[in-house]
Amino acid sequence: MANPHDYATAAPEIFLALAAMALLMLGVFRGNRSTRSLCWLAVASFAIALLLVFQAPAERSVSFAGMYVADSFTAFVKAMVLIASGAGLIMSMGYIRDEGMARFEYPVLFMLATLGMMMMVSANDLIALYMGIELQSLALYVIAAFQRDSLRSTEAGLKYFVLGALSSGMLLYGCSLIYGFTGATGFDAIAVALKGQEHAGIGLIVGIVFLCAGLAFKVSAVPFHMWTPDVYEGAPTPVTAFFAVAPKIAALALFMRALIVPFLAISADWQQIIIVISIASMLLGAFAAIWQDNIKRLMAYSSIGHVGYALIGLAAGSTEGVRGVLVYLAIYLAMNVGTFACILCMRRKTGMVEGVSDLAGLSKSNPMMALALAIFMFSMAGIPPLGGFFGKFYVFIAAMNAELYALAVIGVLASVVGAFYYLRIIKVMYFDEPGEPFEGPMSVEMRAIIGLCSIVVVFFAFYTAPFVASAEVAAAALVP
Amino acid sequence: MYHAIVFLPLLAFLIVGPLGRMLGDGPSQWITCGAVIISALLSLLAFWQVALGGQPVRVEVASWIVSGTFDVSWALRIDQLTAVMLVVVNGVSALVHVYSVGYMAHDPHKPRFMAYLSLFTFAMLMLVTSDNFLQMYFGWEGVGLASYLLIGFWYHRPAANAAAIKAFLVNRVGDFGFGLGIMATFMVFGSVDFDTVFAATPGQAGKTFHFLSWDWDVMTTICILLFIGAMGKSAQVPLHTWLPDAMEGPTPVSALIHAATMVTAGVFLVARCSPMFEYSPTALVVVTIVGASTAFFAATVGLVQNDIKRVIAYSTCSQLGYMFFALGIGAYPLAIFHLFTHAFFKALLFLGSGSVIHAMSDEQDMRRMGGIFTIIPQTYGLMWIGSIALIALPPFAGYFSKDAILESAFAAHTGAGDFAFWLGLAAAVMTAFYSCRLMFMTFHGKPRASQEVMSHTHEAPPSMLIPLYFLAAGSFGAGFLFDDYFIGDGHAAFWGQSIVMLPDNAILEALHHVPAWVKYAPVAAGIVGILMAWQFYIRRRDIPANLAKVHAEAYRFLLNKWYFDELFELIFVRPAKWLGRMLWKTGDGRIIDGFGPDGIAASVLNLARRASALQSGYLYHYAFAMLIGVAALVTWYYTSTGGGH
Repeated sequence: MANPHDYATAAPEIFLALAAMALLMLGVFRGNRSTRSLCWLAVASFAIALLLVFQAPAERSVSFAGMYVADSFTAFVKAMVLIASGAGLIMSMGYIRDEGMARFEYPVLFMLATLGMMMMVSANDLIALYMGIELQSLALYVIAAFQRDSLRSTEAGLKYFVLGALSSGMLLYGCSLIYGFTGATGFDAIAVALKGQEHAGIGLIVGIVFLCAGLAFKVSAVPFHMWTPDVYEGAPTPVTAFFAVAPKIAALALFMRALIVPFLAISADWQQIIIVISIASMLLGAFAAIWQDNIKRLMAYSSIGHVGYALIGLAAGSTEGVRGVLVYLAIYLAMNVGTFACILCMRRKTGMVEGVSDLAGLSKSNPMMALALAIFMFSMAGIPPLGGFFGKFYVFIAAMNAELYALAVIGVLASVVGAFYYLRIIKVMYFDEPGEPFEGPMSVEMRAIIGLCSIVVVFFAFYTAPFVASAEVAAAALVP
Repeated sequence: MYHAIVFLPLLAFLIVGPLGRMLGDGPSQWITCGAVIISALLSLLAFWQVALGGQPVRVEVASWIVSGTFDVSWALRIDQLTAVMLVVVNGVSALVHVYSVGYMAHDPHKPRFMAYLSLFTFAMLMLVTSDNFLQMYFGWEGVGLASYLLIGFWYHRPAANAAAIKAFLVNRVGDFGFGLGIMATFMVFGSVDFDTVFAATPGQAGKTFHFLSWDWDVMTTICILLFIGAMGKSAQVPLHTWLPDAMEGPTPVSALIHAATMVTAGVFLVARCSPMFEYSPTALVVVTIVGASTAFFAATVGLVQNDIKRVIAYSTCSQLGYMFFALGIGAYPLAIFHLFTHAFFKALLFLGSGSVIHAMSDEQDMRRMGGIFTIIPQTYGLMWIGSIALIALPPFAGYFSKDAILESAFAAHTGAGDFAFWLGLAAAVMTAFYSCRLMFMTFHGKPRASQEVMSHTHEAPPSMLIPLYFLAAGSFGAGFLFDDYFIGDGHAAFWGQSIVMLPDNAILEALHHVPAWVKYAPVAAGIVGILMAWQFYIRRRDIPANLAKVHAEAYRFLLNKWYFDELFELIFVRPAKWLGRMLWKTGDGRIIDGFGPDGIAASVLNLARRASALQSGYLYHYAFAMLIGVAALVTWYYTSTGGGH
């Protein structure tokens, strides 16, 4: 029998689970016409969960027999996840109405996926880890295929499902190997078992690689990224926007915890894997996007590249590195939500358009949107003084201090190549002959999101210090 | 006060340069003229205190560069030599500033012109007040820049642009030598401060250093390198080719930069470095030979030129040659004396010719002038004063300096000295000839200009004439007034420590003890030249044409300036262009761009295409990639950590 304190530790998750079920009941009884109000209720639930996350005590508390942990790290990440999910849902409302997919399950699935992510973030045990991942993934598979009438959407969902199942299999296999060679599934227990060792045995090596493979699939790092471009392109755009942000943040947080907490003793070993994955992701993200004209596909490669940069911080394995990843993810959140909000506004009379060339002359037909998108693109390219520069700056600093010079240099070079396609979008918007303008006017919530994200990105330089300090606190909770 | 002398022109430039358009023409002219005139008056005061009062001063401005043992401060060194130069530079500059107000009255870019003039004045002042080689180099490059800007002032004229570029490039050659000389000085002495270097020079005399399997004399090497710099700036053969072309610039520029001040920077440099040159007899012989050759060469070319400004330009070149061979035989004060007097009469000639050009509606070819001495009598009279000073008839200024130079060359009793004496004497005849030829062709005979031009011919406005009167006064009086101070009995007291002559160098004494015929020869040469010109251009006007026909080869040889330009074109310009084109097309275009930017860009695109081609869309490809990835990672992990333990 768990003690009452256990439940308090998981209060945001428990609330979200109950709210999701309540909304499901509501939806079942009220039907699809209630979708819009359900969406807003879901957003409100996210907001309440966010409050619960913030009011939780800052010190580390472990519950459910060590399977579940809450500390300032989880609070930091959960806050980002909830914001990303909320923004994703708000951006979806207009789209699902216009595209005739406004069914009441949509917000409920969002909530369940978010619940899964929060469980991932708090997982302190291989079993809890798996549970969180599966809850999240199963919800996401369905959302990817949510546009049932669209061949592309269903294909995307199916691909994601099959490959996700394969990755889950690998993950589980890795977990069982780790259990076999350490005799424990809890992260803390594994850490105790490995204490004093400098190198892992071959069995544990294989186990860690399989675990990494499963997690790398979730963050879409090379070479487990193959699903990303197809799913991003095929899934409905707001779903893609959701995919690109919240699950990435949760999975990266889990990635960090699952490697740093149990395997800190042998960090020199797994760093090798992360370095390879990171370099491969950065390079592929930089090169493969160059020829893309579909902006969703382009964003898929962009996100692969961004994950590569974030993994630099993990490869450093230090407090500084984790801090760098957290800062990076926060800025990534703002840039990506903003960019996808712009993409969701690319609508003509004939329907949604997704080509980069469709942006031609946007600076004349919709100067504010062009300016916002230009800000996001500059930021993604890492041009100071925008936020994206600071994100990269902190992970590169961590890599330099961890003496991973080659990694940092390759990162910088890859960001130069990557800058090409970001700048190309700006060039298309500002210098190409204007095409047919998009259908105006943008909805209020879109404007609010784009405006907020631009402000965060542009003015990040002014509140860097307090923000980085809180990221530092969060990172210190993870790395002893 | 010394700060004001140097920085007032800079201040004027900084105000008028960027703000000239806003200020308008009038205020721009007032600011620049005012600043330079005040600076000139203060220079006179400085001359009084420093040179006549014998009180050299050193004013520290700022610490400039401190890097390891390399410590250079920015200081103004105002000794007697500098004081003389201050008077010359600021005096002529002030007159030229005023003159420009009249001369450039019809030009739409007056503020820019005035700003450039002030910038030039500042740079020249930096040069002459420098306390170390580096500061001098700064001024040296500064005047080069201002010269470039002013020669190309009428930038819409291709000839002006070409001349500006030519001046810049030829000067680069000299400046490179100067730069090497400074570096060598620093290498040998560990300092670029004049005081430190000059004090240590006697210790280095006769020492050698090893370079390219040869032993070189230290002082000779440094001095010749410095002299190469001087050759470039002072247009000595073979680096003289830019000076005649520089006449494409406005005439006040020619007067200020290409006659009175900048081109004499080389003379100043050698005089300033007299403590070093004194220890290198070889370098002095080189200076003598180059100077004498230039004096002779430029005079021969001057005989046949038809452009009024080019005649004077070659005359300048020739007179600079005189100054250099005076330096070469060790008579540094004499060279500076000639520099001083020359500044007056050559600026007078240039500004006078500017007045003529102004009167003749921008006509520069003497073959289309003539018969105007009654129309512009003041200019005519003033130009005669300048010409006679140049021909060096007593009691005009040129007589005192030029005569003394020729006498000292004879008195040196060396091979190089005799060489200089005879070439200098020949040049004196030619000087008189081409000066009078210029006067006769320009002012006498029947008018050869068109009716329309003649109807507009008019005397210059007062702003142009007043400076001419000042310069005429200098051309007349500067000789006998300062003869005693500069080269006479008082010269040792006058120059103090600013010019060093070794105890056995008594050339200034020796020049008074030459045979009588030597004393009379220069004046006689001048009179012969004048009579010949009178015979050729007043009495028997058919002679020049006949001579040119009979000696067509020689005439063309002179007219084409001994084919120096053609020779350089063949030896340097064409190979340089060929090399440049090869490096551009093959080296940069094909190799660097090909393998660099273009090549990388192409391979990035290629790589990008392959990377996106990986995305086949087939599920089993993706699953396969994941499995391969796991296998590769396990392998990598296993090998990179040296296997399990």
